[in-house]
Amino acid sequence: MLRVDVEKQLGDFSLHASFTSEGRVTGLFGASGAGKSSLVNMIAGLLRPDRGTIVIDGDVVDDTAARIHVPTYRRRIGYVFQDARLFPHLDVAQNLDYGRRMNRLAPDSAQHKRIIDLLDIGALLDRRPGKLSGGERQRVALGRALLSKPRLLLLDEPLGALDEGRKLEILPYLVRLRDEANVPMVYVSHDVAELRQLATQIVMLKQGRVTSFGGVKVLS
Amino acid sequence: MFEISPAEWTAILLSLRVAVIATLVATPFGMGLAWLLARRDFWGKSVIDALVHLPLVLPPVVTGYLLLLTFGRRGLVGGFLADYLGIVFAFRWTGAALACGVMSFPLLVRPMRLSIEAIDRRLEQAAETLGAAPWKIFFTVTLPLALPGVLAGMVLGFAKAIGEFGATITFVSNIPGETQTISSAIYSLIQMPDGDAAAGRLVIISIVLALGALIAAEWFARRATARLHGN
Repeated sequence: MLRVDVEKQLGDFSLHASFTSEGRVTGLFGASGAGKSSLVNMIAGLLRPDRGTIVIDGDVVDDTAARIHVPTYRRRIGYVFQDARLFPHLDVAQNLDYGRRMNRLAPDSAQHKRIIDLLDIGALLDRRPGKLSGGERQRVALGRALLSKPRLLLLDEPLGALDEGRKLEILPYLVRLRDEANVPMVYVSHDVAELRQLATQIVMLKQGRVTSFGGVKVLS
Repeated sequence: MFEISPAEWTAILLSLRVAVIATLVATPFGMGLAWLLARRDFWGKSVIDALVHLPLVLPPVVTGYLLLLTFGRRGLVGGFLADYLGIVFAFRWTGAALACGVMSFPLLVRPMRLSIEAIDRRLEQAAETLGAAPWKIFFTVTLPLALPGVLAGMVLGFAKAIGEFGATITFVSNIPGETQTISSAIYSLIQMPDGDAAAGRLVIISIVLALGALIAAEWFARRATARLHGN
């Protein structure tokens, strides 16, 4: 479960959003500039709300009244960025292993294999990110985030940097993740079709405000 | 013809020792400062930046004299170090290392700073979302990506340290076997009527060391670029 009730002033732009989601995939929908990325960055802890609370799985990670702000690295979230952000000095296998090492988790070869199979990245393990296509990079980024065993996976327009063909290549993997990986997700997009396929709940943002909330039907 | 005398060897080995120690001691300070200058905004940052670069533009004799005033036996810091810790810089090879370290510091810091500035900070953000605490981010992302720049800074600093003359001779004089480096040995030799051959040999060695260091620094810089592009 994810509960968000935050206010943030960013220059002239004011963000005031509040929603609670139990869904497996919460779709954050809105035009660019609606505040989607700021909101996700606040859930990740990369941005600090001026006022409000954020609760992930019953765990308060932000509460300005109580002066609580759990730093990003202790939130146990996964984050897939639009621009994969793989570490260029590490090969794919080391990128995938990074979160496990940082969180001092025991090796889990069953999960490792399952996620590599699910994302079809077994053939890429000894390559450097510079030698991957955009779609491959994004799949590795997904795997890297999942293997850190997050309790919530944030995806900020993960298909945004890909052309139509590549998008259709990645979308089925995301659907499989939703159905098999058992990690709740927050999926940011301005693409109605994408969210129709993936989301189970929609939070619609407009100019920093939540305008509607509900099932996928609110998109129509 | 190219036979190096024991006295010349002493100067060469002393220069190497002085430059190695100066570089090794200056590196952690240089790295810390490079990180601060690249990543933090703080009050007085431009003053610190100017101070770091000062030895580059100040006459070396001035730097040497200031070191003498500060770290000499009767200097404020030098007196304290000598009385309480037994560390003496004046007219010792350690003083030569200090002078070389100070003089080479701007050259050492600059490539380190540039390589840290060139790192995409979004990679460090990604590391944080994967559970890396700030110090782990530094050692697993920032430092490895900056490593070629760090090495380039060390090589340049080393090259500068091995050739340093003005500040060193002002601060610790020109004592064979203790503070007479390649540079001060050349200076002494060219003032002697029959010193030309020996001076010539040391000049060639200086050129070889300096060129080697520049080539190495260039190579590390190219590695840095390749690394940042993930190849």
